[in-house]
Amino acid sequence: MTPLLAPSPAVEAVMLEARAAGFGKRSIKNEAKLAAIDLAIRCIDLTTLEGRDSPGRVRSLCAKAAFPAPGAPRVAAVCVYPNLVAVAKDALRGTGVKVASVATAFPSGLSSLDVKLRDTEAALAGGADEIDMVIDRGAFLAGDDARVFGEIAAVKALCGPIHLKVILETGELGSYEATRQASDLALEAGADVIKTSTGKIGTSATPATALVMAEALRDFARRTGQRRGLKVAGGVRTTKSAIAYLVLLDETLGAAWLSPDLFRIGASALLDDLLLQREKLATGRYGSLDYIARD
Amino acid sequence: MALAYAPSLETTPIRLAPRYDHFIGGTWQPSSAGGTFSTVNPATGETLTEVASGTPEDISRAVAAARRAYGVWKALRPAERAKYVYRIARAITERSRELAVLETMDGGKPIKESRDFDVVQAAAHFFYYAGWADKLRYAIAGSPAVEPLGVVGAIVPWNFPLLMAAWKIAPAIAAGNTIVLKPAETTPLTALLLAEICAEAELPPGVVNIVTGDGVTGAALVAHPDIDKIAFTGSTEVGKIIQRTLAGRRTPRTLELGGKAANIVFADAPLDQAIEGVVNGIYFNQGHVCCAGSRLLVAESIHDDVVERLTARIETLRLGDPLDKNTDIGAINSAAQHAKIDELVRSGVAEGAVLHQQSCALPERGWFFPASFFTGVSPSHRIAREEIFGPVLSIMTFRTADEAIEKANNTPYGLSAGVWTDKGAKSMYVAQRLQAGVVWCSTFNQFDPSSPFGGYRESGFGREGGVAGLRPYLKG
Repeated sequence: MTPLLAPSPAVEAVMLEARAAGFGKRSIKNEAKLAAIDLAIRCIDLTTLEGRDSPGRVRSLCAKAAFPAPGAPRVAAVCVYPNLVAVAKDALRGTGVKVASVATAFPSGLSSLDVKLRDTEAALAGGADEIDMVIDRGAFLAGDDARVFGEIAAVKALCGPIHLKVILETGELGSYEATRQASDLALEAGADVIKTSTGKIGTSATPATALVMAEALRDFARRTGQRRGLKVAGGVRTTKSAIAYLVLLDETLGAAWLSPDLFRIGASALLDDLLLQREKLATGRYGSLDYIARD
Repeated sequence: MALAYAPSLETTPIRLAPRYDHFIGGTWQPSSAGGTFSTVNPATGETLTEVASGTPEDISRAVAAARRAYGVWKALRPAERAKYVYRIARAITERSRELAVLETMDGGKPIKESRDFDVVQAAAHFFYYAGWADKLRYAIAGSPAVEPLGVVGAIVPWNFPLLMAAWKIAPAIAAGNTIVLKPAETTPLTALLLAEICAEAELPPGVVNIVTGDGVTGAALVAHPDIDKIAFTGSTEVGKIIQRTLAGRRTPRTLELGGKAANIVFADAPLDQAIEGVVNGIYFNQGHVCCAGSRLLVAESIHDDVVERLTARIETLRLGDPLDKNTDIGAINSAAQHAKIDELVRSGVAEGAVLHQQSCALPERGWFFPASFFTGVSPSHRIAREEIFGPVLSIMTFRTADEAIEKANNTPYGLSAGVWTDKGAKSMYVAQRLQAGVVWCSTFNQFDPSSPFGGYRESGFGREGGVAGLRPYLKG
């Protein structure tokens, strides 16, 4: 199969991972840490994507998204399955927190384009502000770039101005080079945000994967003048790792990306650790997780 | 919003005595002439402490102590010797934070480098060579009856003071030699702390002796008639003086000298990672690295792209207080070295090359130099030929692999080189033709105690690290 786009640049694992590990070594403390924690909270897509999700569960998550703790900022969005979008939309009315919906036969993406578009339509009809679609990894690995590109473009056409996040599921792509190629493909096809993972397989976001994707975003911005976003999802559970991603963004893409418009962290447990660390900075003491409201 | 990095100073306390003596025969002895000199923190300009100024008499005492200890040390069961070397390795690990802070204060390198590289590698060298102590009969193929050489004279430079001391001491004593080591004049303190560690490890007195001083002290060590081997790391200029001194003598020697390494980046290279390699190659330890990738040879078709990426990347390097854990570029080691870098950079501008520098403000006190690189460099410029030993890169272009090889080899040095391409075969083709002791492919500055390191041509001879680094301390 002939490649659709100009070849993506080569990626070399050893130096990539060394650079990615360096971000975690930046020491961010005191007021700088508090600012970073609040920024991380503002960038969270508070997520629940379980088979047992119910309206009650989603409403409780929405309440926490809007008011995580006294003095803490609200998160960016709540991310749910399409049939719970309307519940979330209703619960978040007037809070400024957006509703994101996964779509396109999440998490595998192995369905017909028609089904994927219907899935997306349902989410949009429920009032979703953002769509998180998955790419067809099978098609990508088979070299069918045109199909992957076409599906992204079709979903984007349906979304119109609604923000489209494209999940690459990098843990299934097999190499950093493939992640770079998929990133370039998704950006050319119209993704507003490229996202690492579904959170449904063992390997989720890693700093090195995020760095490859950030480099694709930086080169895309350099080439086209357009700023597109990054979302890391799955496996980001601690304040320390969230801050390392902020450093990665700052040093790779620049301060403009340090905003919920261009950066998201898909997570659930992370918010609790951020709130715990926030409390520690305020009081000088580590509290118990029992003092943090569970959603 | 911008992400602020609050200052994050390493706070491990260091207690410095007002004066340090030589470590000779297991005891601390002042200079026979009573002289001392100051060692300065280059990041502040403040004097840290006074150190004994070594005289030829001090050297003679140290060599005599090493000679006396040699009989005892050589006669020890090899496995017993290994225990001492392992003990030193463990003590370095236990006192790693203290060693790192002291290294940073005395030499100006960022704490993240002394903490994550220098001290870690120093301990690793002792661990590695400790394992050799009772396996020496396998060090030289076909020669099971190997013997140590005797008393080793070692002189180490100021860029990796503790690590270079470890590179000399570990193989020397593991092989059964005793040693007299002279640390660099501007950075004697971690070697003295290492002496303290040797004493605490109850190493037999005289096995390791440290005599501090300047070039005069070093010259006395090299000229001493009872030295059985000279191990030197430092400048090519001093290496040549040592060669002249030793001319006509059979004293075995290893010299690890300067370099002007080429980092070759082809158009198909993993560019972002190549930029990391280039940055690590030239800005690691402020460019005070003998194997620094100080010449960047880049394919003409990607020159502008590489320059644009490098320009953006050096803006993210944080220059400042070396004790801050966020610092990437610390202080230049001394006023003299700062003047040398400054002079060479001025020559580059005067000869017509274009200077690019990171835009950060420099601290008000101490010796600092911003991350710099030159474009429009011609191979005849001084900045393309002379070792700058600072954070200054010279970028030149090439069109074919053979042209890159020719340009890379067009230097009197031959210590290291880097090749960046996505094609394995091209990588091998180029690496085989580069006249350098170490060639890194799609990476740079990778070290391991089991891997030999050393140069040829004016970068010296002999190897350090691995079994190749053990043989120069043995006869068989």
